[in-house]
Amino acid sequence: MNAYDYGKPTPDPTADTQAYWDGMKQGKLLLQTCSDCGTIRHYPRPVCPACYSMEHRWTEAKGTGTVHSWTISHHAFHPGFKGELPYILVTVDLAEGVRMQAQLKGADASVLKVGLPVRIAFEAATKDLTLPVFVVA
Amino acid sequence: MSLKGKAAITGVGDTRYSRQSGKSVTTLQMEASLAAVRDAGLDPKDIDGIIAYGSMAVVAEDYITNFGIADLRFSAVTPLGGASAVSSIQCAAAAVAAGICNHVLIPISRNGSSGAGGRIGSRVREMPQFRLIGEFEMPLGAIAPAQLYAPMARRHMELYGTTSRQLAEIAVSTRHNAILNGNAMMTKPLSIEDHQASRMISDPLRLYDCSLESDGACAFIVSSMERAQDCAKPVIQVLGVAEGHPDSPSAITQRPDLTRLGLAKAAPKAFAMAGVTHDDIDVAEVYDCFTYIVLCQLEDLGFCKKGEGGAFVQSGAIRLGGKLPINTHGGLLSQAHMAGFNHVVELARQLRGEAGQAQVADARIGLVTGYGDMGDGSIAICARA
Repeated sequence: MNAYDYGKPTPDPTADTQAYWDGMKQGKLLLQTCSDCGTIRHYPRPVCPACYSMEHRWTEAKGTGTVHSWTISHHAFHPGFKGELPYILVTVDLAEGVRMQAQLKGADASVLKVGLPVRIAFEAATKDLTLPVFVVA
Repeated sequence: MSLKGKAAITGVGDTRYSRQSGKSVTTLQMEASLAAVRDAGLDPKDIDGIIAYGSMAVVAEDYITNFGIADLRFSAVTPLGGASAVSSIQCAAAAVAAGICNHVLIPISRNGSSGAGGRIGSRVREMPQFRLIGEFEMPLGAIAPAQLYAPMARRHMELYGTTSRQLAEIAVSTRHNAILNGNAMMTKPLSIEDHQASRMISDPLRLYDCSLESDGACAFIVSSMERAQDCAKPVIQVLGVAEGHPDSPSAITQRPDLTRLGLAKAAPKAFAMAGVTHDDIDVAEVYDCFTYIVLCQLEDLGFCKKGEGGAFVQSGAIRLGGKLPINTHGGLLSQAHMAGFNHVVELARQLRGEAGQAQVADARIGLVTGYGDMGDGSIAICARA
């Protein structure tokens, strides 16, 4: 149970990740960017893997990418997802060079292929929590 | 210096595997551990090292009280999930080679089917190595290992044309072996068609691509080569052993190559240490939480090229009587999910000639792998001395 609770698994942000979720709430996909060498990293972490700097800023991603892989869930491993089966989870290569995962909404599984262009959208789960989804671009 | 020839597997033991043990995990583990000690011809007090299975309830201290060990000189945990059993061989071999202790007991027990402790998804979330998955993937609906691993299998299919029927071959041959074992949870024959008709869990993984949840325990003992000579059974020498961690070990989503596991880093080291080639391997026990993970490991081990795992398994190579019989006990898919500890037990039995109806004729050199968490890998190559 945390501030986001709504009957599904929820993020439990730390000081390293809170900005990402605050960005979601504002309809922005924010990625950690190294203040020293500019390398973008995801998921958030304290140290730049390219130059070991611990200084970073948050930059807004374009929100576009292509499908790298996917799965279609037919079994609810958490009761909160029973009503949504089957749902598509896509692994996406973002334009910024990192990946992210989210559900693909508004599309049939038959469109899925490696390289499918997608863009991000934002869905409010609760008044405090917004989750990313992808739609076909 | 290397660990080649410095250690041996001297004792193995297991309980009955079931859906409902009706026993505590401590009782199960002591039962399997005593069986391993007796198999080795040792007294329980001879155990002077313990590697406990990280997230489980039984710890090294329980052995001091239950076995009356007067001077436990080594205890450790290898936190690699399903790669822990085989990584523990490396850890134990290093400890006995350094003279810290003589006989290291490596046990597991679980009431994974009946017991309290929560479903896999909630358990995974509490583990620190999965913190990022818990924050960035589970809220989106990617909760259980089947869902987290399925994109690796899908990527392999899209890149290399791997098919669900090829994955089915792994499930079918493993079931065949389980039926021969005598201590397997799944005892009904399985066909390719049965696999294809089984319900989809997380596409492309069907029900019969997934391993079991099991109650039971097993254990094995790693001893110094010197002290192994005192033991009751033929000495199963550790020739080569290594562990490897994949790139982006805690988030498959961020891994540069989704089709390459930590085992790809470990396998060449273990083969080089052992001084054997792939053709020398008579039998292999390959961690099988999901059929696809077996296929990927066969490639990462070097038995075929990346992308050729589907054709390799379809050729019949992995069946009993094939050129590389695998999971002769029925694996996690059909014997029981003992996190690969049962794979180590089976390898020792094969190399001793104690594997019953699934015995590979004149098996002398074999290997066992572990796969854990989001892609950690480990391998041990062993031989009858």
